[in-house]
Amino acid sequence: MPRGKKRPLPEVSSGSMADIAFLLLIFFLVTTTIANDKGIAMLLPPKPDPNEPPPEVNKNDKNIFKILANSSDQLLVEDEPYKKSMDELKKEVKEFVLNFGDPTEEGIQVYNSLPSSMKASVNRFGKRPDSSDDPTECVVSFKAARGTSYELYIDVLDAINAAYNEIYAERVGITVEEWLALDKDDDIQKDMYNRARSNIPRAISIAEPD
Amino acid sequence: MSKFKKSSNTEQDIPTAALPDIIFMLLFFFMVTTVMRETDIMVKQQLPRASQLTKIERKSLVSYIYIGEPKNTSLYGNEPKIQTNDVFVDTDDVVQFVNQEKDKLSEVERDQITMSMKVDVEVKMGIVSDVQQELREANARKVLYSSIKRSEE
Repeated sequence: MPRGKKRPLPEVSSGSMADIAFLLLIFFLVTTTIANDKGIAMLLPPKPDPNEPPPEVNKNDKNIFKILANSSDQLLVEDEPYKKSMDELKKEVKEFVLNFGDPTEEGIQVYNSLPSSMKASVNRFGKRPDSSDDPTECVVSFKAARGTSYELYIDVLDAINAAYNEIYAERVGITVEEWLALDKDDDIQKDMYNRARSNIPRAISIAEPD
Repeated sequence: MSKFKKSSNTEQDIPTAALPDIIFMLLFFFMVTTVMRETDIMVKQQLPRASQLTKIERKSLVSYIYIGEPKNTSLYGNEPKIQTNDVFVDTDDVVQFVNQEKDKLSEVERDQITMSMKVDVEVKMGIVSDVQQELREANARKVLYSSIKRSEE
């Protein structure tokens, strides 16, 4: 420390500091675009190989949950006209996926990996033999006509995704919001994500309209 | 420290009269160099509402395709059109657009390109699935149906 003697501190005039700050502020305000882009993510199937015939569908019919939408926005779910809400549709998809009608070995493994609350609900009404065999086998097929509105398409896709997300979230014991916010760069969260999704594929098939 | 006292009488005030000029110079520099890439969206954009939304992980990998009825109906008619960047394109040109966008990315990232589809709610599925066929053709398989969070739950 300097001894007693006072030396005048060099002073930078700070009168225009506010102006500088304002300029910077305005600059960043103008240039920053807020990342508000959210949406339903989907992976399209690879393009068909002209040298190979389209793959045979050898799935058992009861393992396919069929949703059809026509040009006047009416739904046909499992060959029956559908009038109920999207919430109901979500529940039906969920019950369909979590049905163990005739589980294979992998299906039994999936069942064993479920938390007890889910096991209980499966035991109560998830053993219908006329529904899907087990989660590893089932496919949700959605086909929209060319005249179907995009709004309905998104609604149905959202309902199917919601059903899967609820299953995944419940499987690892978190809420759907937490599930959707999982950060895949983080190892622990990534592990949780993989654990939830293992052996329950998000099998959504979007058929081309005729 | 104070042992070696300097006995200089130099002026210690920094003249601040030129400060505004410097700041203005900076401002102009940024104004000139910043490219505000704001695409003028020429189609109606009322995005659908959905609940299961995921965020885009990396913004640099995203390209946008806008589909909707043109705002200027007297000039472009009221059939839904596809807009990429600043122009309307035909369905066949989507592949070319995707390839252009892929060229902007480095080689390792090209397969991870995500196409964000901003589609108006009133659009019919026909044009959307046509675009999807083109995207499959162009091998840009990651698609994000841009939508807004549904508020009532």
